[in-house]
Amino acid sequence: MNSINQSGWKPEMGNAGDTAPATYTGNKALMLEEALIFEIGTAGTTGVDLADAPQVAARLGNLERHRDIGLPGLSEPETVRHYTRLSRQNYAIDLGFFPLGSCTMKHNPRLNEKVARMAGFADVHPLQPVETVQGALAVIHELAHWLITLTGMKVVAMSPKAGAHGELCGILAIRAALTARGDARSVILCPESAHGTNPATAAFAGYAVENIPATSEGRVDLAALKARLGPDVAGVMITNPNTCGLFERDMREISDAVHAAGGYVYCDGANFNAIVGRVRPGDLGVDAMHINLHKTFSTPHGGGGPGSGPVVLSEALAPYAPLPFVTQDNDQYRLVEEETANACHPDSFGRMIAFHGQMGMFTRALSYIMSHGADGLRQVAEDAVLNANYILRSLQDVLEAPFAHSGPCMHEALFSDNGMAEGFSTLDIAKGLIDEGYHPMTVYFPLVVHGAMLVEPTETESKATLDQFIGALRNVAGRAKAGDPSLKSAPHHAPRRRLDETQAARKPVLVWREPEQAVAAE
Amino acid sequence: MRYLPLTPSDRQAMLGVIGAKSIDDLFCDVPGQARLDGPIRGLPNHASEMAVERHFSELARQNMTASHHPFFLGAGAYKHHVPASVDHIIQRGEFLTAYTPYQPEIAQGTLQMLFEFQTQVARLFGCDVANASMYDGSTACWEAIGMAGRITKRTKALLSSGLHPHYVSVAKTMAQYTGDTLDTSLPELSAQTDSARLLAAIDGETSCVVVQYPDILGRIEDLSAIAAKAHEHGALLIAVVTEPVALGAIKAPGDMGADIVVGEGQSLGVGLQFGGPYVGLFACKEKFVRQMPGRLCGETVDAQGKRGFVLTLSTREQHIRREKATSNICTNSGLCALAFSVHLTLLGEKGLRGLAQLNHALAVQAADRLSQIAGVELVNDSFFNEFTLKLPTDARPVVRALADRKILGGVSLGRLYPGAAALRNGLLVAVTETATQEDVETFAAALQEILA
Repeated sequence: MNSINQSGWKPEMGNAGDTAPATYTGNKALMLEEALIFEIGTAGTTGVDLADAPQVAARLGNLERHRDIGLPGLSEPETVRHYTRLSRQNYAIDLGFFPLGSCTMKHNPRLNEKVARMAGFADVHPLQPVETVQGALAVIHELAHWLITLTGMKVVAMSPKAGAHGELCGILAIRAALTARGDARSVILCPESAHGTNPATAAFAGYAVENIPATSEGRVDLAALKARLGPDVAGVMITNPNTCGLFERDMREISDAVHAAGGYVYCDGANFNAIVGRVRPGDLGVDAMHINLHKTFSTPHGGGGPGSGPVVLSEALAPYAPLPFVTQDNDQYRLVEEETANACHPDSFGRMIAFHGQMGMFTRALSYIMSHGADGLRQVAEDAVLNANYILRSLQDVLEAPFAHSGPCMHEALFSDNGMAEGFSTLDIAKGLIDEGYHPMTVYFPLVVHGAMLVEPTETESKATLDQFIGALRNVAGRAKAGDPSLKSAPHHAPRRRLDETQAARKPVLVWREPEQAVAAE
Repeated sequence: MRYLPLTPSDRQAMLGVIGAKSIDDLFCDVPGQARLDGPIRGLPNHASEMAVERHFSELARQNMTASHHPFFLGAGAYKHHVPASVDHIIQRGEFLTAYTPYQPEIAQGTLQMLFEFQTQVARLFGCDVANASMYDGSTACWEAIGMAGRITKRTKALLSSGLHPHYVSVAKTMAQYTGDTLDTSLPELSAQTDSARLLAAIDGETSCVVVQYPDILGRIEDLSAIAAKAHEHGALLIAVVTEPVALGAIKAPGDMGADIVVGEGQSLGVGLQFGGPYVGLFACKEKFVRQMPGRLCGETVDAQGKRGFVLTLSTREQHIRREKATSNICTNSGLCALAFSVHLTLLGEKGLRGLAQLNHALAVQAADRLSQIAGVELVNDSFFNEFTLKLPTDARPVVRALADRKILGGVSLGRLYPGAAALRNGLLVAVTETATQEDVETFAAALQEILA
């Protein structure tokens, strides 16, 4: 024996050309399949140790629940593994570039997570006596101050729970102001390029919705808008910068015309990220605007919320702001609720939610504002706009950019799928980008462009990231133009291939049922 | 600035590719009078992590935290112990920093979780189906009233006096604009609910009856009679659950005939958070699914036949239907739904039942102890983990006096029903597994002293 290796171990590279066989488990190394909790858990398993309940005579009104609920339990290690495995089937900003237009998927600073979890904010009850929550009220008040300052508006309603909820707040304030002056108007005007939430909100508040056409430049047609204004128009809902990624140059004139006709101006602030620190909507004549704290001020999107949508209001709408809100008297913060509203805020249109708003988002947004400061916030808007224009100009030779002639874009670049090979569209490009390791851009929105692709890079991406993405998108667009059939079946490398959405909608399966039960139901 | 990766030379190179001389050229469409050239008034320049953390620590210290004091508040937000693994899981970047799952091939994690969540909520509530969450309980309640209006084509909603007054306020706000009429009344400090009033008022114009279970005073009652009467007249029964842990002990509203069951899911996984973010729960009978608001996740297969999940029935939603949508809701409360689902998975049937039993037993003991105090009367015959005490005096100053002694001793009905003289001696007390016997003793002793 002259070798120290007695085990038989010998490094071997194997044969690189082998085709991959199907695996026994269905797993592919780090790509792990995961069953549902209903398939792996049992009613008798629990991951929580509880003290025994003292013996008492129940006072449940003879309503004890005897039937099985059907809730499977997992031990703690199984729980952690289940959700960790699921998490790995998700794309996320932490993993890579997420240029989802209009959604502002920027980095979520972890400092914000830390401050939101401080016990003084996370472990206080909304109905504690106000003397015991002065610091929490101070956070709300401080954030409100900066939102008012950054937008140049009169007041802010902090309670709306998301952008669409904020839209509703703004439209209800407009309706309350009109009602107060005895002016029953019935129509809200929205550009065709508006987010779907705008017309849905206006309809929800009882208004008829009419479209305002756009010019060939992708902006609101001012002449058409002016021609439609009249005594039946309650207001307009305009997104600025708009969903084509352009600044509405005529915003001041639009506002003046709407005001002259007796209406109010709602601005959808979903795209405030592009102008924060450089433009104050109050200077453009806006009466109400929601701010998505989860976009501009970077609270995490969490796979679809929770968001937060405070609404800034002009002097004209301020008296109608919803309850509750925070005020400050000599170093003491107070909460104006139903009780005191009559004395100091009698015209409020009422309450929109049970408590005071999204405290967990307020702490994060304030932390974000303080971290960036005056210089950083301005740089946010500048870098967001610079990154979007860099993408626009680096891709306009391979993808049609319908409004590239309209001037610089703001924070997002819009392309169409004109010019692809027969049968190839935006969907194929999006799925091709998934294989390249990206989350696709927003697709088929706004509706004013055929096969829209809306790319919003945000300010938290480096030039190297953008350059690689530009290269990848050029490549995928090239394949779509050449009619590469492999693109029609993309993605090939994601945890799932294209999913059958038609079947899902035709025979909806929205909850899990035991297999025998499912068969019996058919 | 630590969050901005572009360097000055990157910026120069990029401006060159764009063909712009300076960044100002890119803002040329902003009219001069609207450009903000100077710094933002009063806002200091960027701050270090340490400086920001210090500012928040200072403010956090000014609040009396629930875990460090005897704590008995409820009224729609409950303090339960949240297992450490819940927060660990929701902080996974793949959950935390993902978007709404619009590209299902790379969002199966969120989608499968939502499918599991929907199933858990449906089973807990005794319903066929549930959606992928709403903003909170109060907005879910309003959306349910709107949905009942769409289904019955009627506009008269009958609200129980036991419905949380803030939920009533939210519904009133919305009803001003939708033309719905709401029949409401104030609760009485009595063991009896107003179900007799509800039964008498249901008629052929009623779209829905809305009943909270357990109600705002903590009372529990069988909903079957109201469901039967509502159905007899073509109306729907909406049940509102603000404390879902209760359903580990008491019958599910769906099993008593409720057509729509909504609730606040904050109790499981989410924490108090000074009122938000929370998570609205929304479940109903299968036949109403196409009238539901909010996102729905459904099972399907991929091109190779593997099971997968997608957002579905989106033709109800605003991004497709615009002004004809069932709701304007876009964002839901995904991460809070995850926290709820993880907590419920950790508990399982056994754990939830054990937790519910523990809450109830501790509440019974506390109710007995507190009602021994001279002049203090227990209003409820039945309750789960929250009950109402009638004090010999206005409860609001009592709550403040307790806070001065570092005890968070419940919610006064005067806070919830300002101006209602008949309710002002009422004190709502919630007792969960987090309250120790010592906490109850401290509370009882202080209450006795304050009332003496």
